[in-house]
Amino acid sequence: MDLNIFWFILLGVLLAGYAILDGFDLGVGIVHLAVKKDEERRVLMNSIGPLWDGNEVWLVTFGGALFAAFPEAYATAFSGFYMAFMVLLFALIFRAVSMEFRGKHDSPAWRSFWDVSFCAASCVATLLFGVAVGNAMRGMPIGADKEFQGTFLSLLHPYALLVGLFAVATFAMHGSIYLYLKTEGELQKRIHGWMWRTFGFFLVFYIFTTIYTLVDLPLATHNFREHPWVWIVVVLNVLAIANIPRAIYLGRPGYAFLSSCATIAALTFLFGVALFPHLIHSTLNPDWSLTVYNAASSHKTLAIMATIAACGMPFVLAYTSVVYWVFRGKVQLGKFSY
Amino acid sequence: MDVSVLTLSRFQFALTIMFHYLFPPLSIGLGGLLVIMEAMYLKTRDVHYEAMTKFWTKIFAVNFAMGVATGITMEFEFGTNWATYARYVGDVFGSALAAEGIFAFFLESGFLAVLVFGWDKVSPRVHFFSACMVALGAFFSSIWIVVANSWQQTPAGYHIVGEGLTARAEITDFWAMVFSPSSMDRLIHTVIGAYILAAFFVMSIAAYYILKGRHLEFAKRSFTVALVVATVMSLAAPISGDLQGKKVAHTQPAKLAAMEAVFHTSNGPASLYLFGLPDAKEQRVNYGMAIPGMLSFLAHGDFQTPVTGLDQIPQQDWPPVAVTFYAFHIMVWLGTLFVVLTLAGAYFRWRGTLFEKRWLLWVFVLAVPLPYVANELGWVTAEVGRQPWIVYGLLRTSDALSKAVAAGQVLGSIIMFIVIYAMLFAVWVFVLDSKIRHGPDEVVVVPAGTTSVGLFGIAGLRAGTGGASLTATDDTTEKE
Repeated sequence: MDLNIFWFILLGVLLAGYAILDGFDLGVGIVHLAVKKDEERRVLMNSIGPLWDGNEVWLVTFGGALFAAFPEAYATAFSGFYMAFMVLLFALIFRAVSMEFRGKHDSPAWRSFWDVSFCAASCVATLLFGVAVGNAMRGMPIGADKEFQGTFLSLLHPYALLVGLFAVATFAMHGSIYLYLKTEGELQKRIHGWMWRTFGFFLVFYIFTTIYTLVDLPLATHNFREHPWVWIVVVLNVLAIANIPRAIYLGRPGYAFLSSCATIAALTFLFGVALFPHLIHSTLNPDWSLTVYNAASSHKTLAIMATIAACGMPFVLAYTSVVYWVFRGKVQLGKFSY
Repeated sequence: MDVSVLTLSRFQFALTIMFHYLFPPLSIGLGGLLVIMEAMYLKTRDVHYEAMTKFWTKIFAVNFAMGVATGITMEFEFGTNWATYARYVGDVFGSALAAEGIFAFFLESGFLAVLVFGWDKVSPRVHFFSACMVALGAFFSSIWIVVANSWQQTPAGYHIVGEGLTARAEITDFWAMVFSPSSMDRLIHTVIGAYILAAFFVMSIAAYYILKGRHLEFAKRSFTVALVVATVMSLAAPISGDLQGKKVAHTQPAKLAAMEAVFHTSNGPASLYLFGLPDAKEQRVNYGMAIPGMLSFLAHGDFQTPVTGLDQIPQQDWPPVAVTFYAFHIMVWLGTLFVVLTLAGAYFRWRGTLFEKRWLLWVFVLAVPLPYVANELGWVTAEVGRQPWIVYGLLRTSDALSKAVAAGQVLGSIIMFIVIYAMLFAVWVFVLDSKIRHGPDEVVVVPAGTTSVGLFGIAGLRAGTGGASLTATDDTTEKE
């Protein structure tokens, strides 16, 4: 396997890792306002307390790896989506601040302000991730000089917005299942209902997005025609989705969460298949597209970084697992809580 | 139009990087101090050291969260505002950045969770190990970012592929890139600066407690640990600075000339300005006081060797002289002040009278902004002194901009940054203030023989109080 493809896959792994891990804590933010009592909101925030920071590192590393492996794609996407990335940045900062600030002052107005800002920032960040994926699927107006030729508004195409909402629904479901695992008692009973509702939203958006993609995006389905074996992943994806309500119904939320993780991983994989070998598809002229070859760093750099990743990633996976193990179990508010 | 995108982008970068750099040095330095404190606790099992570790860990966590939040901005900006730069250096810069992400960030953030929230979930040894890993992660991160920045100062281990608009640097020798001529000297100086800052930070808060008569045992011990570190590092700073100055004289003569406002190459010995007001238009230094021959000695090791002046460098390649000169000189004077202060502190501590010297303690309380200023100005010297190049001698800052970005967009984001960073800063001050007011947990001294496990054991009994905050103070959380 050549190194360009290796890095495409590794970026996919980092993206999937990010979507699965930060997905549930963004999801907790999305459903945050569904509980009203102060103590319950604290339980929600504390369920992700020790973990969200580490989860966000996956995004930082994804960004760094994209910069390193495919600098042309990184430069084109980040400068082309200037305002979108800035808004994303502010949403991420606001989210962190809301969590830290909320508990510092004991007044209802103060706390509800930060609650709303926590929820809004989580929704906006997720929506933008989805919009970015949607635009990558559709392709973008990229000129011969590899520069973006469109405007901020051209990014808000109906398809991109649909994928954005799909992302919000997916993370809301993922976060709800996570919360069900981390809570107990009466609150947990209510969250049981959220799992069903958010799953419903997810299913609706999944179906719409799939139909829209099949009908209107021939580019995205090209690889599925060329390489029929990827349909296996589609089937696995559908099975994982089907297992979510089954596991919830059978009262096995752990399996539901794993199925939700598998669903996100499969969707990321299908996104990768739809793109490959492109990173950004030019809608102006197919020859101007950025691919894993013409946007990549030199072979030597890719090889050096593959060595770095091979040395580092096993450690990353090992201590990420250790941290999750240390913080397993139900949330209990205590001395160190938000 | 181009000029304003350039000016705005540079302004935004300066704003965001200088705001960001308020936080990493404290993380780097305090991480190391935490390791020392917790090691002393493990060795002596003295509960005061445990209280110290716990308190400074909380401060560390607040600061670390700020560093992460403002650090993501930096990674985004390379692409959003400096896309041409990103295309140009991606191949070289990329491996350093990837190494930083994989080796440093995951290490820090993973073990930070255990450090902050894991007191009653893991054993003391595992906890100590986590502290070491967090400190190591912070150090790794400084290595890779300084390596990447040093490559911009003294490029090495690369070749240029393509021409004109499509030219870019490609790596030829990874280790030559890592050990570029300036990287190790700059790394050492950066880390020393971080430790000085963290030590002064700890001393400031500890001195405040001593003056107020609160948490005395805690404060005195914290002060002493920090004073030792501050003294050693303050003495080391001028030595590493001198090594670096000699390197700059060889590798970036324009920067050295700007740092010292050497407008005219000397025929013989070049003198060193202790202070002065450089005037780039008239090419002279007003109201200056100089030591003859000293600059020749510092730059080249003997008093006679001429020092290259700006007259040997084409005017379009001059860095802004005044900013570089002032930033460098103020940093050096502050460094000198740190040596004097820490030596005075160490002398009185040795005599055992330090904690009665209220005036000196007040000086330490109020001195805390100074190392922040010194750290920032060190970077201003390095970065402004490199201008007009973004990669020294290879790529001009004015050529490095994003082509797809317009001035209005940058202006919009600058306004948002100012608003949000002002708010973030308020959060930080507010949270820090509440932590300092609250102080460390009061130590319960258990009579010898009652228990051999200390507070870790007691903490263990409280197990199950999971769920946590980076910044919660105990008084706010008891109102469940």
